[in-house]
Amino acid sequence: MKITASGISKYFGEKKILRDINFEIESGMSIAITGPNGSGKTTLLKILCGLMRPTMGNIQYQVNGTAIKQESWFKYLSLVGPYLELYEELSAEDNLLFLARIKNIPSARAKIKSLMERVNLKGREADDVKTYSSGMRQRLKYVFALLSDPQILLLDEPTSNLDEEGIGIVYEIMQQQKKEKILIIATNERQDLKYGDKQIAITA
Amino acid sequence: MEISRLQSLRNAWFVFQKDVQQEFKTRYSVNAILLFAIVTLFAVSFSIGTFGASKEVKSALLWIILFFSSMSGLSHIFVREEEKHTSDTLKLICAPVSIFIGKLIFNFILLLLLEIITVPLFFAVMNFSVASTSIFLSVILLGSIGLSAGATMIAAIISKASAKGALFAVLSFPILLPVLVAGISGTKVAVIETSFLKAADELQMLFAYAVVVITAGLLLFDFVWNE
Repeated sequence: MKITASGISKYFGEKKILRDINFEIESGMSIAITGPNGSGKTTLLKILCGLMRPTMGNIQYQVNGTAIKQESWFKYLSLVGPYLELYEELSAEDNLLFLARIKNIPSARAKIKSLMERVNLKGREADDVKTYSSGMRQRLKYVFALLSDPQILLLDEPTSNLDEEGIGIVYEIMQQQKKEKILIIATNERQDLKYGDKQIAITA
Repeated sequence: MEISRLQSLRNAWFVFQKDVQQEFKTRYSVNAILLFAIVTLFAVSFSIGTFGASKEVKSALLWIILFFSSMSGLSHIFVREEEKHTSDTLKLICAPVSIFIGKLIFNFILLLLLEIITVPLFFAVMNFSVASTSIFLSVILLGSIGLSAGATMIAAIISKASAKGALFAVLSFPILLPVLVAGISGTKVAVIETSFLKAADELQMLFAYAVVVITAGLLLFDFVWNE
């Protein structure tokens, strides 16, 4: 798996947020995107996963040298970010089963059980997401992201809202992801930055 | 790993199931549509009286009630995703075509539910009757497909706007006008005629509208949803 970003620029009206960003990342690598607030870290992450179109430049996903159409990118990636919410009227299990059915994940219930244990949310599967605290929601977002065992994991402010134990779990996830797959994080936390093999610094 | 058509349809069904689950928990759309329909029906019946209008006028009133009731709830299917910040989550797990079909099925079922309750009530309260039940049901069914398809597409367009409610009604009226006109005309035919041939123009119009809007939706939804 390989992602190539070529000449990515993004304007919001007259304001230029991103200027000519170029990089390549392959399986077994990680990138940390850093920069001050408002510099465009989240914008770049959204462009990388297809949630936003760049004003100039393009992103290419390749598997074994074959380019993947943008409409199929979602099959390879998961994103965790503060702006991505789960369905709060539904239980955690309903949210996860919805994803599992859509992505055709085999043995979904067993995986859900194991991931919920991994993030210390065991026993809360049947509770509606609206009853979760912000930290628990963040942990649940990781279960949602990892359930499909994604080739590309994008994390925006990966440790936000988490306590010490939660941060430890996330670091473990990041360490494991970058071993064989692709990890892209957008953060300003020094500790988080250690998990990026390469750093892209965006200036405001 | 291109997405097969079968997989798209399967995922559309899962999106529909998820929306039904959400609706069961909140009952927002069902309550909004039914309350609007029943209040309008009784307001119309009190204002014109049981025998105060011809069958042609009553045909028009039935469609006006159905049209404006559907306007009060069908947009919620996309507005809810935007307001609860779940639209990006959905975009990241599912192809646009599955989302459009899933939401279209939900709106169609919701509209049918509205009609199952409202239409018999309309017949009873307004002392309304039709000469051909089969023509009437065909008009209602095809009209519902057209209404739900048009409304689903418009709901996706307005979901990112700030004045969603007003914009939905304003945009819907010109786009859904052909359904309204053909629906009223088809219902008038059902009131006096028993032969299907007499309603051929209206049924063809409703069928063609549904096919065109659904096809346009399948082709254009990706741009509407991702821009």
